[in-house]
Amino acid sequence: MTTTTDTQTQAANGVVKGAPLLEIKGLNIGFKTQSGYVEAVRGVDLTLGQGETLAIVGESGSGKSTTATSIIDLLPGTGKVTAGEIFFEGRDLVKLPKPEISDIRGRLIGYVPQDPMSNLNPVWSIGFQVEEAIRANRVASGKDVRKRAIQVLEEAGLPDAGTRLKQFPHQFSGGMRQRVLIGIGLSARPKLLIADEPTSALDVTVQRRILDHLGTLTRDYGTSVLFITHDLGLAAERAEKLVVMYKGRVVESGPSQEILANPQHPYTQRLVAAAPSLASRRIQSQIAPSAVHGDAVAEAGSDDARRLQAAHEREQIAKHEAPDFIKVENLTKVYKIRQGGFKSTELKAVDDVSFEIPRGTTMALVGESGSGKSTVAKLVLQLESITSGTVTVGGSSVGALTGKDLFNFRRRVQPVFQDPYGSLDPVYSVGNTIAEPLITHGVGDSASRQARVRELLEQVSLPISMINRYPNELSGGQRQRIAVARALALKPDVIVLDEAVSALDVLVQGQILNLLTDLQSELGLTYLFITHDLAVVRLVADKVAVMQKGRIVESASTDEVFSNPSKEYTRDLLEAIPGANFAFGK
Amino acid sequence: MLWYIGKRLLQLIPVFFGATFLIYFMVFALPGDPVAALYGDKQPSPQVIAEIRAQFNLDKPFIVQYLIYIGHLFQGNLGTTFSGIPVIDQLKQAFPITFRLSMLALLFEAVAGILVGLISGLRKGKIFDNSALVVSLLLISVPTFVVGFLLQFFLGIKWGLFAVTVSPEAPWGDLVLPAIVLATVSFAYIVRLTRASVSENMSADFVRTATAKGLPRRRVISVHILRNSLVPVVTYLGVDIGSLMVGAIVTEGIFNIQGVGGTVYKAIQLQQGPTVVSFVAVMVIIFMLANLLVDLLYALLDPRIRYAK
Repeated sequence: MTTTTDTQTQAANGVVKGAPLLEIKGLNIGFKTQSGYVEAVRGVDLTLGQGETLAIVGESGSGKSTTATSIIDLLPGTGKVTAGEIFFEGRDLVKLPKPEISDIRGRLIGYVPQDPMSNLNPVWSIGFQVEEAIRANRVASGKDVRKRAIQVLEEAGLPDAGTRLKQFPHQFSGGMRQRVLIGIGLSARPKLLIADEPTSALDVTVQRRILDHLGTLTRDYGTSVLFITHDLGLAAERAEKLVVMYKGRVVESGPSQEILANPQHPYTQRLVAAAPSLASRRIQSQIAPSAVHGDAVAEAGSDDARRLQAAHEREQIAKHEAPDFIKVENLTKVYKIRQGGFKSTELKAVDDVSFEIPRGTTMALVGESGSGKSTVAKLVLQLESITSGTVTVGGSSVGALTGKDLFNFRRRVQPVFQDPYGSLDPVYSVGNTIAEPLITHGVGDSASRQARVRELLEQVSLPISMINRYPNELSGGQRQRIAVARALALKPDVIVLDEAVSALDVLVQGQILNLLTDLQSELGLTYLFITHDLAVVRLVADKVAVMQKGRIVESASTDEVFSNPSKEYTRDLLEAIPGANFAFGK
Repeated sequence: MLWYIGKRLLQLIPVFFGATFLIYFMVFALPGDPVAALYGDKQPSPQVIAEIRAQFNLDKPFIVQYLIYIGHLFQGNLGTTFSGIPVIDQLKQAFPITFRLSMLALLFEAVAGILVGLISGLRKGKIFDNSALVVSLLLISVPTFVVGFLLQFFLGIKWGLFAVTVSPEAPWGDLVLPAIVLATVSFAYIVRLTRASVSENMSADFVRTATAKGLPRRRVISVHILRNSLVPVVTYLGVDIGSLMVGAIVTEGIFNIQGVGGTVYKAIQLQQGPTVVSFVAVMVIIFMLANLLVDLLYALLDPRIRYAK
């Protein structure tokens, strides 16, 4: 474990860089649960110098957020610091009485939370929420409060801050809300800013702009930043020092570049290998797309190689089998947005979209949120009606289906959705969840259905014993496997995956992607893969269509899109992938 | 916004006609003869009966009776009871009393209910919370008249804190104890509703962010938890205005209050169509206005709700 601080002294706004600002020593945090006492954080040490940026990296449940929130005494629920010290400017925050902690919050330690959608109070205006922070920290008073609020928001990169003060959070986009939260976090010019996954809910391009901006601001003010993230690429790009956490412990720490180039701990090594953006770009830059076999494969991560190998096989299949198994022509979807009374305006969510997917291959639909990609998924699944254009699957036009035909169509085309927490019924056991489509479509009798459920569990690599458990007892990855098993139950030809791996940690994401690739070659499935994550696309898709504002702006084979993007927009998306320009070791 | 209010007020018209028509029909369809009921055992001669029937239009078909009633209504004439008292006088006598009673009850349940619910929600699992839960369960499960008699006995008779019965004019002071009795069940529901809502909002992300901004706890509670928790409570209060007026029947009985409940009850027994219909129509209007008020309050509490113009 290396905790050598950067001894280089550098004057930035009078801050001596490197002198320790925050020192955590032997921190233990526990939660009281119904089944007893659970330790979430065990013996964590870390040191953050003045003006430095440090990132804590780890998967969900690793204790990284718990560590961060304990600094300002904001542990959720029954959480408690049971041992250790948190020194901030020489004072131990753990022993500090509540009013003094309250005084430090906001004024000396700013906090930028993870989800911009839920972290602003929906019933108060933006201005109100910024101004109350400024008043509480005695940064300004009287009429200066408003001036200061405008200044803070403008610094955070929110245009027209003055006129936007009266608006409410729901009138802001996610990126704008995050700028507001960053503005609030920095409003008192704190010495330390805790940024807990500040951009993980945002699109890559927005993420990059916001992080660039945050970087500039904190550099100018000489603010130290404690970054919490699950994204290794982002951590590598934004922080000088890294702390890798796994199951509540620090498994590795030190300068970012060193750790990523030469990870020591097995967990860090897995994390580096699994980060899809990093490894795949390396392969892509070193080998020609056609030469997937041979030495290059051995050099690359075995998982990625396997996926690329499978992709190559699919290419061969695609040449022989129906090239337009799924055919989408001039698809358009118009939503009427009520403006009150009888007036309404039209919103073209999907605008003249056409593509074809050969049988047994994967096509990825990529775009930022609001680009219309999920609407295309809903139209293909016939969960929404088509305004104009056609969707044909295996020769039959989807839009015209009704009654029994539509029912049979559903049997052949199955969805897997993004949120494994929301897409499984909490009161249905795993067995019942997987068996439900079989019952709905009257497949087999109770005994054969049971057998099929067992077979499916095996296919998605889950133990049979899981059959009687309930979704709340399972992890996100396990739940998503169950969602995949449910989609497979009826032996469909097509699976529409709407952001199916976006909510998962990188390691779990890799497992699910492998599972999907294996199932595809085993069962000859055709995938429509909806995602905002270009890094994932590179690994699983044969064809890519990039969507922007309801239109397809670029459509080509995956290799072409990645090696030679023809549109500015696609290049922006590619560039914005965190860690895209960073060298990683294995 | 004005447009929206106008639209909602226009909706009152069909509801008014629908409600009065239905009620009128129901009173008409009740078994028994209102004139016979009027005289009890000593039945008058058929001639007298026929005269009374003609005077009150009881000899005409139902639809004609209804139209005559509506026609009179628009001339400001609500009709009279069989004993000759104008219905408008009954309304003037009974409604203000019940209105005062309901408003007092509403005030009590809102203030006390939200306060107890808030403290309960903030101290979930502590002694205050647990006792509030037990008491509210008790108030919900014990019938109103039991609570009424108990409070009447202890507060009124034994300790003499309140008047035991209410004088015919029913001034505000006399109505305090009945209002508390009337509000008990709703009070218990509001405690539970506020408690659930507060404890849910306590763990909301924006509350944590508010704390992280450096706000003192008092401000976090009053500004960020309370206002967000009030939305479901306000819905309940709106619906409750209606049920308080109707529910007053039992409470009015216990304390011998000459309000809406008692008057309507007697009128139904005597099949006094005009009285029943007029009272119900006024109640329907009050109910709808209360709901409109709640919807407007919503928009005030939650800016995400904005009504089209």
